[in-house]
Amino acid sequence: MQQEVVLALLAKEPSHGYQLRARLAKALGPLGEEMNAGQIYVTLSRLEKAGLVACEPSAGLPDRPDRKMYGLTAAGQQRVSAWLAEVSWPRPDLAEFHLKLIAAAAARLADPIAIVDAQRRELMRRLRDAQRAAMAEPDHSDAGLLLEGIVLRLQADLRWLEACERNWSRREVRS
Amino acid sequence: MSGGRGQAGLLSARGLRREYGRGAGLVRAVDGIDLEVAPGEALAVIGPSGSGKSTLLHLLGGLDRPTAGEIWLAGERVDRLGEKALARLRRDAVGFVFQAFHLMDELTAAENIELPALLAGRSPRAARRRALDLLERVGLADRAGHLPSALSGGQRQRVAVARALANEPLLVLADEPTGNLDSAATLDVLRLLESLRTAGQTLVVVTHDARIAATADRLISMRDGAFIDESWLAAQPPPRPVALAGLGG
Repeated sequence: MQQEVVLALLAKEPSHGYQLRARLAKALGPLGEEMNAGQIYVTLSRLEKAGLVACEPSAGLPDRPDRKMYGLTAAGQQRVSAWLAEVSWPRPDLAEFHLKLIAAAAARLADPIAIVDAQRRELMRRLRDAQRAAMAEPDHSDAGLLLEGIVLRLQADLRWLEACERNWSRREVRS
Repeated sequence: MSGGRGQAGLLSARGLRREYGRGAGLVRAVDGIDLEVAPGEALAVIGPSGSGKSTLLHLLGGLDRPTAGEIWLAGERVDRLGEKALARLRRDAVGFVFQAFHLMDELTAAENIELPALLAGRSPRAARRRALDLLERVGLADRAGHLPSALSGGQRQRVAVARALANEPLLVLADEPTGNLDSAATLDVLRLLESLRTAGQTLVVVTHDARIAATADRLISMRDGAFIDESWLAAQPPPRPVALAGLGG
């Protein structure tokens, strides 16, 4: 489990581990079913050791991880902001980007559309570079074939960003 | 150069608006756009359908008139030109490329390309020479005598690009140039646009094809008639090698 995802889900408000798990399951749909219940607690305890989250046991209940209320520390807040602003694509992790938009919107930390725009700028730059390199290759070169694959992947990613943009613009209108 | 007031760009627009309908049916297709295009720059405008990008292109090329705002091309204010002057501007200073090619079916490739030059008063011989040069440039030298119906979609669009260049326009405007093409033909048009860009042709293309947009130096995203994001795809603004030429020559 990506640590920043868990952190960002805490940005809206302190939560119990099981609440985080429910939010992730809702955001990820069937993809979230693979996630095992313990994973989120492992991640939370790592984040706690790193000083990014702090927790308080709920009053009057035994000290079990699923009873604890987790919240962001100042360092955790900073990490979330940095993660939202970061544009990364070499790892084509759609779920991470998707959760970034959801977390940003839920905690009102950043405009999801602005995150989509930043991502698109980066992908368009990559597309431009890959495309130029592809056009410079002689026909049927090995490198040309690889570049074509990169161009096609980028196109697919950009089309998905369009869908993200449509979806999040609609939500803005609704709310 | 008439009325030049030291406009920095080859093409500029200020407070541009285009509205259709009225009352509850009022549509603001272009809603307050400011734009500056440098000589030799390749600009792409992207956005979902209905975002107003085609309307914007039509305004910039004098195919449509704004409800409000100004458009300047090479130092001349064009939104207030009379019909005749506007027709001359479209013929001499602007080259258009459309999604549906808009070639004349009964004319050969070479005849389609030389038509704008003939209309501009060039001699038939000069017009033909220019047409053949352009066919060579778009890789269709051996198709000069073909009718559009005998050409593939990609070839037709390359003829349309050649026609857009017939009168050495200051500005080429392209509206979804690959909208009707398969991926192999798209690649041909892509190469052609790339060669125009490197040759210093000022180019504005509106598209939702990311590959076409990625040939540009600068990218503008449009939504609901307005610009919402802008980015340089080139590492920095391109050099400006092309001298600003007046329309009157």
